[in-house]
Amino acid sequence: MDRTEIRDRLRAFILDDLLGRPDYDLADDEALISGGLIDSFALAQIGVFVEEAFAVYIPDTDLTVEKMDTLNQMVARVIAEGSR
Amino acid sequence: MSGETLVDALSERAARAPQDLALVFIGEDGTQQGVSVGEFHENALAYAGALQRIGVEAGELVILVLRHSPDLLYSFWGALYVGAIPSIFPFLTEKLDRSIYGERVCQLVSHSQARVAVTYPEFKDDLRRVLGAVDCLVLSTDELSPASSDTLQVSQKRADLAHEIAFLQHSSGTTGLQKGVALSNRTVLNQIRAYGEAIALRPDDVIVSWLPLYHDMGLVAGFVMPLVVGVPLVLLSPFHWVRDPAVLFRALHEHRGTLCWLPNFAYNHCAHAIRARDLQGVDLQHWRMAINCSEPVRNDSHQLFLQKFAPVGFRESALATCYAMAENTFAVTQSAPSQAARVDWVDLAALQTAGRAAPRATTAAGATAVVSCGYPIAGTEIAIAGESGEVLDERHVGEILIRSDCMLTGYYRRADLSREAFAGDWYRSGDMGYLAGGQLYVTGRKKDLIIVGGKNIYPQDVEALAANVSGIHPGRAVAFGLPDRRLGTEGIILVCELDGHAGAAERKRIESALRQRALQLLDVTLSDVRLVERRWLLKSSSGKPARSLNRDKYLREFRS
Repeated sequence: MDRTEIRDRLRAFILDDLLGRPDYDLADDEALISGGLIDSFALAQIGVFVEEAFAVYIPDTDLTVEKMDTLNQMVARVIAEGSR
Repeated sequence: MSGETLVDALSERAARAPQDLALVFIGEDGTQQGVSVGEFHENALAYAGALQRIGVEAGELVILVLRHSPDLLYSFWGALYVGAIPSIFPFLTEKLDRSIYGERVCQLVSHSQARVAVTYPEFKDDLRRVLGAVDCLVLSTDELSPASSDTLQVSQKRADLAHEIAFLQHSSGTTGLQKGVALSNRTVLNQIRAYGEAIALRPDDVIVSWLPLYHDMGLVAGFVMPLVVGVPLVLLSPFHWVRDPAVLFRALHEHRGTLCWLPNFAYNHCAHAIRARDLQGVDLQHWRMAINCSEPVRNDSHQLFLQKFAPVGFRESALATCYAMAENTFAVTQSAPSQAARVDWVDLAALQTAGRAAPRATTAAGATAVVSCGYPIAGTEIAIAGESGEVLDERHVGEILIRSDCMLTGYYRRADLSREAFAGDWYRSGDMGYLAGGQLYVTGRKKDLIIVGGKNIYPQDVEALAANVSGIHPGRAVAFGLPDRRLGTEGIILVCELDGHAGAAERKRIESALRQRALQLLDVTLSDVRLVERRWLLKSSSGKPARSLNRDKYLREFRS
């Protein structure tokens, strides 16, 4: 799976399922949690989604605002784990 | 449980069975610290001695600005041991704005005339600075850390101690801070006695809780009650649970937990965020009551939870419910142990338009499920009142009125608010519901309160967020809550009128500013923000934007 596809699927999950605003113009480096768009509760759910969609396991200790606040950070993490 | 006060009850336990397990504290890193009743008592006494040494006296207010930690547990009881009045203030989170947070503490301290605020060494100077000229001692935990010379010197028994205020509970936001719910020793003990009976509390129960202690559910059910009654408590951090909800199940499994209280959204969060890998080796068969409390109970949340966790031993009969509020110390009603809370299938249209709960078959078209919150606990009575205060019959929706022997003494130093809250000797809850077969069904709210994940949010505090955001017309913002089925709680919707034309980039700037402020000022995430043209918002006869009218308009325009 390439970077664009990972980004698109993550973006769709965040906008449709978590934010409920499919039309929202989300920038790749926009702060999702610290920007008040989605709740920190959603990080645990992003962890579940990433495992189901990309077969990548991110331990809960890494599901933090510092490490997973933007689409860019999430995509990079999925790619790094996937190439291990 | 014995004695006239909370302190009597815990001291008696410590004298009788000091080696019994009081609690296990599970830190955010997973480390576990077991504390016996004797140790807990000694620690609380040492904190009491330290408070006494710096001059804190009985009846004085002690605000605790501490993280979920053993320090918080001991200083709360330390204040009780002195006869002072502890009140727990939520600790600063990474999201909240530091200076605004400081102002909130300052507000609370000054209008409640607190004698002491206790915090951490690294936060002490900040707090002292924001408090300015306010006459309140700021103490850090290292100054209170128990020195061997400190032990509580005098225990002056006063005849009326049972009626003295034991502690205060506050809800959040500018509005909530004004309403410190003051509870006496007698009141809290009455609640604990009646509630223990309602859940058939036994010495072999084990309570597991991740709930914050500044909220009635966490403070009473998940902290004070188990210590007073003598049931072991396993305490987790709320932050740890949010990040990794499976930690609760591991604790329930490992400690053979039998009782756990959860707000409705937690059922959804567990179902959505716990992975199959987290459930390996977990067995929940000892969990006899999962008590849904502190926000509207949803049948679909229960069903989602049951479906997901029945395979690891969770029993349907454990789906319990409770209707509670700080003003009644905690519980008002409780569903019966050993059976799932009753689900009432009624006609949705009749419920919404005529305020009548007309029974329908489960499968009938237009039927909706209302989950029972159970029966009033002993010593608490409920009446359902119509618009003009008349008492309504069963299955008619009206305001829930409460009369009990565990009712608040009053809102602390706010006699005006205390008077407004009552109609005669009935407390007006502001919640709407009906009785059927003696059980209470909660259907909505009369007041405009929004409950997000068990946390009370006042819409006026959300509307105030718009005040200093440029591009929004002053005073033209409306906030309301809407049920979010996926999250199992309410979402906060904020609709604001723009000052003039705004392009896409400008709209995004305004929306981001509002979302940031919600996080920094109220520690909440807004579910939806809508920026609308001038004169979009509907006004009430008084000329102010009306929340319910605009909620309906929002639903028509943005959600249909």
